Amino acid sequence: MASGRDDFIIAVRSAFLKKSNKQQFSLLALILFSIFLIFLSNLNFVGIKYVKITINEVTYRLSAVISYPEKKINDSFSFLEEYFNVYKVNQNLKDEIDQLNIKNLNFIFLENENKKLKEIIGENTNISEGIISKVLIDKDGQFLKSIILNKGSKDGIKKGMVVLEKNYLVGQIIEVNFATSRAILISDLNSNIPVVLEPGSFQSVLSGTGKEFGKIKYSKNKLILDEETIVYTSGLGGNFKAGLPVGKINNEIEDLAVEFFSDLSQLSYVKVRSIESNVD
Amino acid sequence: MVQKKINFKARLFKYLPLILLYFSVLNELDVDVPIFGLISFNLPFIIIFYWSLKDPDHIGNGLIFISGIFNDVTLGYPIGVSSFIYLTIIAFASYLRNITLRPNIYKDSIVFLIAILFANSVNASILSFIFSIEINYFVITVNITFTFLLYFLFARMFNYLKTTNI
Repeated sequence: MASGRDDFIIAVRSAFLKKSNKQQFSLLALILFSIFLIFLSNLNFVGIKYVKITINEVTYRLSAVISYPEKKINDSFSFLEEYFNVYKVNQNLKDEIDQLNIKNLNFIFLENENKKLKEIIGENTNISEGIISKVLIDKDGQFLKSIILNKGSKDGIKKGMVVLEKNYLVGQIIEVNFATSRAILISDLNSNIPVVLEPGSFQSVLSGTGKEFGKIKYSKNKLILDEETIVYTSGLGGNFKAGLPVGKINNEIEDLAVEFFSDLSQLSYVKVRSIESNVD
Repeated sequence: MVQKKINFKARLFKYLPLILLYFSVLNELDVDVPIFGLISFNLPFIIIFYWSLKDPDHIGNGLIFISGIFNDVTLGYPIGVSSFIYLTIIAFASYLRNITLRPNIYKDSIVFLIAILFANSVNASILSFIFSIEINYFVITVNITFTFLLYFLFARMFNYLKTTNI
């Protein structure tokens, strides 16, 4: 019995402390160092912040180069798929354009009316022109859904700015380096956005699921929503401008699931905007 | 000329596990099969466990530690988390190496399963409790399952690589 315990202790000690001639560091030393790094990451020291930014810059560039072939292969598949569906899509688009033209006339009228009403109540929302940015890496990790953009603090990117694709909300900047930045996608599990559901003007929260769709949560009453329901940002909390289209309800995927307007796995270029909401 | 070619090939084979490890952490290699949702596996875990078990001098602990830092930056995790996880995988492999007299793929795979279960649990705990990152446990379970199943395939490939060049 004692001999068995001794063997176990010898094996563990050997695993953690013994290093061969070719190994520079013992396992125990590296484990302690990594725990020290985790501890520093949690404390957010200024020094660590700059070291992290430098590591980020180098790694993002390296990762973009290494991910390039995979990205090109994925792009080729998407291109082929689009190519074979072009006739069908064209027919659908023609029908959609006809319907949209009719709706557009109504929208122009409503937009002007809305502007006038906002002037009367003194609400003013300043929207920056936006910074066009290329998606360097779109990582699909087990824990985080995020994208790396090729614009950073030198281009005027700031933490909290919204990321749009074709005016649809896709994410928010969470980390800014000198020449790159990271945006968390709205599909991420940690993403919670105050939204309004139209028609009906129901206030709610859209949460990411870690998959290709979002889910409506925290609504006061049990909602029964049909496929025509569109999800817009509500502007509550001041993080997002009100009225940014996000997606539409699709109960076929899951109950109260939101199908995003943008394909978050196919982002190439996005617009980063700062939105300052002022109520006079 | 022929000698040069052989040297290049031998060197390429020698550094292939290391290249593959860095390629996978910088690329976060995963496989998407839309019909079944997200099917993914963790290639760095397989590489680190296999080479730490069979030939610990092939990829140094320091290089594995740095690959963990790269992985953290690429995936947006707090720095040090992946390095710690990779080092726990090495610890399991080293322990198994020290107590094993007759190596066997099935025994190795059982310890590998325990190692990845432990590593993923620690990873999820650190991210969840210390850094308050919400986690999808289903995705992790799928990832662990496929990582375990694919260990057999990659172990065979690495065995072949080991016998052919070094």
